[in-house]
Amino acid sequence: MSKTYEYVPEPALVKGNHDFSSINSLITDINLRPTPKGWYIAFGLSNLLLFVLLFSIGYLIWEGTGIWGLNQPVGWGWAIINFVWWVGIGHAGTLISAILFLFRQDWRTAINRFAEAMTIFAVMCAGIFPAIHVGRIWVIYWVFPVPNSMAMWPNFNSPLLWDVFAVSTYFTVSLLFWYVGLVPDFATLRDRIKSKMGKMIYGVAALGWRGSNRHWWNYEKAYMILAGLATPLVLSVHTIVSFDFAVSIIPGWHTTIFPPYFVAGAVFSGFAMVLTLMIICRKIYKLEDIMTVDHIEKMNLIILVTGSMVGFAYLMEFFIAWYGQVEYEKAIFILRATGPYAWAYWIMITCNVLSPQFFWSKKLRRNVAFTFFISIVVNIGMWFERFVITVTSLSTDYLPSSWGYFSPTIWDVLTYVGTFGLFFTFFLLFLRFMPMVAVAEIKGAMPQADPHNYDPETGDYSPQEIEIPEPNKESV
Amino acid sequence: MSTESSNNEIYGILAEVRNPKELIDIARTVNKNGYKKYDTFSPFPIHGIDKAMSLQKSKLGWIVLGHGLLGFAGALAMIYFMMVYDYPLNISGKSLMNIPAWIPVTFELTILLSAFGAVFGMFFLNGLPRLNHPLFTSDNFKKATNDGFFICIEADDPQFEPDKVRNLLTEAGATQIEEIRDDS
Repeated sequence: MSKTYEYVPEPALVKGNHDFSSINSLITDINLRPTPKGWYIAFGLSNLLLFVLLFSIGYLIWEGTGIWGLNQPVGWGWAIINFVWWVGIGHAGTLISAILFLFRQDWRTAINRFAEAMTIFAVMCAGIFPAIHVGRIWVIYWVFPVPNSMAMWPNFNSPLLWDVFAVSTYFTVSLLFWYVGLVPDFATLRDRIKSKMGKMIYGVAALGWRGSNRHWWNYEKAYMILAGLATPLVLSVHTIVSFDFAVSIIPGWHTTIFPPYFVAGAVFSGFAMVLTLMIICRKIYKLEDIMTVDHIEKMNLIILVTGSMVGFAYLMEFFIAWYGQVEYEKAIFILRATGPYAWAYWIMITCNVLSPQFFWSKKLRRNVAFTFFISIVVNIGMWFERFVITVTSLSTDYLPSSWGYFSPTIWDVLTYVGTFGLFFTFFLLFLRFMPMVAVAEIKGAMPQADPHNYDPETGDYSPQEIEIPEPNKESV
Repeated sequence: MSTESSNNEIYGILAEVRNPKELIDIARTVNKNGYKKYDTFSPFPIHGIDKAMSLQKSKLGWIVLGHGLLGFAGALAMIYFMMVYDYPLNISGKSLMNIPAWIPVTFELTILLSAFGAVFGMFFLNGLPRLNHPLFTSDNFKKATNDGFFICIEADDPQFEPDKVRNLLTEAGATQIEEIRDDS
């Protein structure tokens, strides 16, 4: 009698009764309106933090890395932790813009611009740490293969050098990808803005884009190729970051699980960061029609998946330490869970493994306030993951007589807090002057963009009627 | 046709349609009528318009391939020169031709050069940046980045005759037909 299988349509990507023009104004009016007061306050605070960063860096260059809490044997402290943390956050942007594009996940259009901007600023924050931790920053160019007074070249067999190439390539490609996506939207702003100055600036940024379909034809090809290039790139970047650890012979680092485990962790923390920023922005800028609860739910599912992968990796590390029967390896994992840094370890487990499990419940996945809370918890947890990996392995390595405890100094903390100033300064500038949703892409994902949704006779908009089975009605 | 602007050369005739479907239909009509120098404009890429306009496959893939190979070969050549030829470093007696350790940098440079090829190749194929264009003289054309769908038949087309073009576009259901003049 009743059918067992029924077609369940995807929920509409854009809620509310929007057409192209109203979507256009919804997004670009944010850039055309006078600057809101709240923006100045947020910008001022971010600038304050940015100065904290600049001052900390200045003092570091003046005084040397001794101002940090580094000691023997913990020669790698917050700098590498923060570097890995920020780069990891960046990975969500590329995942959303490239991998979800290749999988034809149209819901990405609501958040990809946003997430890509986050990627770029996060990678900028990340890049600061390896640059300043070298001690003599004035010879930082030695990491690049440029001729220098010693007539030497960098060592291409070193994972640290691979990192230089991976992160700088990642930054460049992300920037290009972001800009290619922005060009049609800059053209939209150019055609809407009234001031002459604005017209000039957006006009130059739009490179004379005029929406020609002969151009779109090459553009779409370029976009797809870039997505295809960025996908292996993003996987390679965190793989190479993990090589910084895995290629050494420190117990707890020298494991083959590191590359996939780092990539999963990166996506995990990045999605959490996107959610944190998105939940604030959709509220302030009233973009609930575009960044819907369905988007939040989908992202929470990815958090659940990657969080469980990370949890599985933690288990696997323990298993391999026991199975491998290397004494040092066994000892370090027992020390992690019970030793001097057990507090950090259990914060990590609580935040990364337990907290995402709440998202098995559909109700909680769709709860905006709860998601916001978990998204922050996840990023705290992921910071502690890098802390646990870096510090526990170094502080208790092969020789018990040289074991030591690591504590950060105020300069470690200030430099880290300061990077938020850098991040939010750029992010606020982005929100103010650039369309925070990919306007052209979201129009293309609307049902009105599909030529099949028009009546063949009259040419009027008449979307195909789809019979929606009763239990799914409310979700559409 | 106004007389004061007749000393400017005509660029083409621009017309507007209501939606993506009509744009595909009118593009097909214009294409079938044998016009070659025409273009359609929309705020987003439209699925299926390539067939209606008989667009050739984009050459971009070849550009990217060339750049990618250049990045790959260039990276290997650079590392070989630096690590083996110019300043060989003996690190615990390991082979100088340590190719597995060169893979990450070679990979990254291949991706980097390919991405340059994709982005700059795309703009090159599109003839961008070109900040000024005769079409920007039309006020109505501003809608092309908002919710307008346009078609323009250019005067360079060997078949171009203003009246015939106007008739064709009107019959195909286009509105807001206007002549675009090259005022540069």
